[in-house]
Amino acid sequence: MNATNPILLQAMSVTKLFPGVVALDAVNFSARAGEVHALMGENGAGKSTLIKVLTGFYPRDGGQILLDGKEIRPKTPAHAQQLGISTVYQEVNLIPTLTVAENIYLGREPTFFGKIRWRRLNRLAEQAMSRLNLHIDVKRDLGSYSIAIQQMVAIARAVDVKAKLLILDEPTSSLDSGEVQQLFAIMRQLKSLGLGIIFVSHFLDQIYEISDRITVLRNGKLVGEYLTRELPRVELITKMMGRELATFETGLATSVASDSDLKPPILEAKRLGKRNAIEPFDLEVRQGEVLGLAGLLGSGRTETARLLFGIDRPDKGEIQIDGERARMISPADAIARGFGFCSEDRKAQGIIPDLTVRENVILALQASKGWLRFFSRRKQTELANHYIKALNIATRDADTPIKNLSGGNQQKVLLARWLALDPRFLILDEPTRGIDVGAKADIQKLILSLCQQGKAVMFISSELEEVVRCSNRVAVLRDRRKVRELTGAEINEHNIMATIARSDA
Amino acid sequence: MTEQANQLVYAPPRHPWRFRLRAQHIPLLATFVVCLMLYTAACIYLRDRGFFSLSVFISFFSDNAFLGLTAIGMTFVILSGGIDLSVGSMIGFTSILIARLMNPEPFTLFHHTITLPVFHPLVAIGVALIAGSFLGLIQGVLIQFFELAPFLVTLAGMFFIHGLAQVISLSSIGIEHPLLDKLSDFAIPIGSASVRFPEIVFAVVALSAIYISRYTKFGRTIYAIGGNEQSAILMGLPVARTKVLIYALSGFCSALGGVIYALAKWSGQSEGGLGLELDTIAAVVIGGTLLTGGLGSILGTILGVLIVSIIQAAIIFQGTLSSSWARIMIGALLFVFIVLQKILSSRARS
Amino acid sequence: MTVASAAPATPKQPRRAPRSLVLLWPVLALLFILAFNLAFTPGFFHVEVKQGHLFGSLIDVLKNAAPVALTGIGMTLVIATGGVDLSVGTVMAIAGQLTVLLMESEHYHWSMPTACFAGLGVALACGIWNGILVGYVQIQPIVATLILFVSGRGIAELISNDNLTAHSVPFQYLGRGFLFGLPFQIAIVIFVLLVVGLLMRRTAAGLFIESVGNNPVAARFAGINERFIKLLVYSFSGLCAGIAGIVVASNNANADPHNTGLNVELDAILAVVIGGTSLLGGRYSLIGSIVGALIIQAMDTTILTRGVAVEWTLVVKAVVVVGVCLLQAPKFQRLFRRK
Repeated sequence: MNATNPILLQAMSVTKLFPGVVALDAVNFSARAGEVHALMGENGAGKSTLIKVLTGFYPRDGGQILLDGKEIRPKTPAHAQQLGISTVYQEVNLIPTLTVAENIYLGREPTFFGKIRWRRLNRLAEQAMSRLNLHIDVKRDLGSYSIAIQQMVAIARAVDVKAKLLILDEPTSSLDSGEVQQLFAIMRQLKSLGLGIIFVSHFLDQIYEISDRITVLRNGKLVGEYLTRELPRVELITKMMGRELATFETGLATSVASDSDLKPPILEAKRLGKRNAIEPFDLEVRQGEVLGLAGLLGSGRTETARLLFGIDRPDKGEIQIDGERARMISPADAIARGFGFCSEDRKAQGIIPDLTVRENVILALQASKGWLRFFSRRKQTELANHYIKALNIATRDADTPIKNLSGGNQQKVLLARWLALDPRFLILDEPTRGIDVGAKADIQKLILSLCQQGKAVMFISSELEEVVRCSNRVAVLRDRRKVRELTGAEINEHNIMATIARSDA
Repeated sequence: MTEQANQLVYAPPRHPWRFRLRAQHIPLLATFVVCLMLYTAACIYLRDRGFFSLSVFISFFSDNAFLGLTAIGMTFVILSGGIDLSVGSMIGFTSILIARLMNPEPFTLFHHTITLPVFHPLVAIGVALIAGSFLGLIQGVLIQFFELAPFLVTLAGMFFIHGLAQVISLSSIGIEHPLLDKLSDFAIPIGSASVRFPEIVFAVVALSAIYISRYTKFGRTIYAIGGNEQSAILMGLPVARTKVLIYALSGFCSALGGVIYALAKWSGQSEGGLGLELDTIAAVVIGGTLLTGGLGSILGTILGVLIVSIIQAAIIFQGTLSSSWARIMIGALLFVFIVLQKILSSRARS
Repeated sequence: MTVASAAPATPKQPRRAPRSLVLLWPVLALLFILAFNLAFTPGFFHVEVKQGHLFGSLIDVLKNAAPVALTGIGMTLVIATGGVDLSVGTVMAIAGQLTVLLMESEHYHWSMPTACFAGLGVALACGIWNGILVGYVQIQPIVATLILFVSGRGIAELISNDNLTAHSVPFQYLGRGFLFGLPFQIAIVIFVLLVVGLLMRRTAAGLFIESVGNNPVAARFAGINERFIKLLVYSFSGLCAGIAGIVVASNNANADPHNTGLNVELDAILAVVIGGTSLLGGRYSLIGSIVGALIIQAMDTTILTRGVAVEWTLVVKAVVVVGVCLLQAPKFQRLFRRK
């Protein structure tokens, strides 16, 4: 293991530019044969860009990639595969309606004068699967197996094209712990066969269990390459988040409303949970307080919010609102109870791109009023203009299609949509992502002012500093489990990081 | 390590000698059961009128041979997740093209009067089949390379092809040729009945289609595209080429349907086959093929066509029921099958 | 609100296309056809006054476009939600057949208004059926409406398999009458257009329809009941088809279960697409669809009045449609921008 293993793939000062953004800034990266190399970083760190450059999904704008010492320039994922770089994604890129065997050999079926030799194909597939120590019925539909098995079939396909380097992009995100162990068994097996594996995951326990080496990226730059056993968890997290422990400050919000315990809870979650999303948890949301939700990406933050807003149905536990058991089966139900949810995925779940700023602002309020009681055009414009001014939204006017606005301004329009509802409980999932410092401060101030008006806010953010500054209470999540709740003076970055980093094992 | 892995192995009980019912078989099985039940019921109910006979059974295929042929082409299109609305007009177009080539009339083009020679029927049929495939190919190109919706392109294609048929001739043209007489007299006796040319063509095409769909890379790529086009691209399959060819294939199949139509009617009619496209889709769906693509079979489509034929024939035999009931029953069956598919796919997801 | 309110930074945005620009291409196409006729078809713009009524090719275009325009209005809303309604043609046949039967048959002998309402009621029921299948059972729109398409004509034939002659004079007025010198059909189209336009502006239905079509997930997250919206648009499309069916039956003084509304669904879809509403859903234009219907009818009439080549109608129509769709296709536009 370690440094003695030969270098398989070497990326030297690879650069990738997107309009206005340097996604990868002269990043060096190397993968060794017979090693699992973890690629770590928070949102926007450049992990997925690096992988897409390595697999030929994007052309690179600078730098060199050497495979076995020879320079390569993959043009498409298929081309990269021919070169020996195979990738397995989180969302399995196979055909669920075809059999396992076919999925492994699609495109390179054994034929006899153009006729596919099914028996031979099935036998080969069985052999390929048994090389991974998996003995399943290869003649069954891929879709009838669990995501874990599907992923292993994808690995079987990837490995069978004589791959030298296997990239696993968040393969464990939708697996349970038993399935993860199965996957790891396969990874170890492949490693022993001399394959290089690049492993992307947000689960620290998994990284420390399986990887030999860790590369950390932040904001498109290389932070460093480390041997896993020489890098303590807390240090890894500090490197990912880019802050030194010494500089941590304690929360300012501790001075705000410490009597929040006296106020009645708006919402209580009791052993609420959903399989493969979030383990059952208890949670209280009280009037006039900001509840922060901290944790790494993929730790179950968004999943928690989705359960509370009626988007996903929990399979365990219950939600009580004002002390009574409530059944929420759609966002409309949640809105009727005075909830609001500003999603982290602005593009897919937030904006209605072709509609104007005005229409996007009034949408939720109008939906809650029903389609018959329509706001007059004047009232709509008034409302939209109010928020354009209050939130400092940079737009020509209220009748500009929202798709023409910058990301940060789109975010503000979405905030306006929920503020217009005057909700008593507002969930903000990463409201400050990808927006400039000034706007961030505006949004943080806004959260505090909402809180002073007696509303409850659930604030989800990857930036700990922000969570610390704004929250009265912080729930810390790790690996889809709520692990700790911090209140008052306990709320500081050090405590949160230590909680995230602590291993149960 | 091996020991640990062995604990994690999935070992489902295996009975290689026994047919195991799998979720993907249910639509096909349901089609088969419905088909059998309909046939049995019709045979019992209409026993006095001689419904249960080999010649009636064979007539199911001859009367709807052109529907069957277009349905086979449509199955490929739908399996790939697309749709082809131009198949009905293709029947009228090929039939009129064949008739016109065999009975040319002088026409003017840019002030020149052009008179085509009288073509031999085989040449005419060949030209018609090539023209049909080519029109399908063009639609495929528009769909694949300009990313237009298949629904829209083939809708325009339907107008265009029907228009071409009208340009060739608005009125129907009769055809006559000794070869065609021989073809129509040709029969292979089977017991009391006999198999004729349309049935043979249908059988040959059906068998080839089953072979293509099961045993060729082209066929499997169609299933893969319908299952998940993005994945198929990432898996390095020739998606663009296959998609274009599928529409050409559908054009070919419906053109062949037009040939059979012309032979059966002894004429070419530009209005022939009008509105057939949606009947064809209905037959394919009743045959258990998922309209979202990826799941289904040629065999199912053949059963679907058979169901449509049984309903039509039974209503004609019965005599007092109006033929409208055939349409309503097909619609009702369509509804039942769509709901069945919906339930199956939602259960498969959970 | 205690949020800082400094002056917004100068926005750097691409120039926004005004909404009316959507209508530019269809209107230009219509003008082109009219200009072509002005130049090459003598008498196309000739309008005669007979007994205080206007006659001429232009009036014919307006009048004959009515069925497609009516079904097109309903279809626009359906397509705006990202769906499609294939059943409008057969629903027309059902509504026309039932209305005339109830008036003319000796068993019923209903009065004209009640019969019309019954016809509209059945059409609405057909629409609701489609809406339930699409919205609540969540079947793909093409498939869901295919069911009624396949069986609808059978139902119309069951109501009565014969061509029924409508003798009622007030009923014939719907399709053949004149109002202020113009065919009454035009008044019906304008009336429906006004009602729908008003409904879409005065209620939030238009906003919800566009939201559901443009981004269904975001619309659901904003608390819109997208199932109900879908039920609404399909029901409305059924109702529009019912009106069209009655108008056609009245115009012909005859209800024909086999041919009423044949291929109208396709013309209506074309009218909507030519009118600038994307098949993917989202922003719609009712006026655009009316212009689209006029374009289709103007092409038909042009070819008819020029008397040269009736048989070329469909070919020309198809080429125009593919042309318009290509112009709207992003891939095609990119092809030219790259150069």
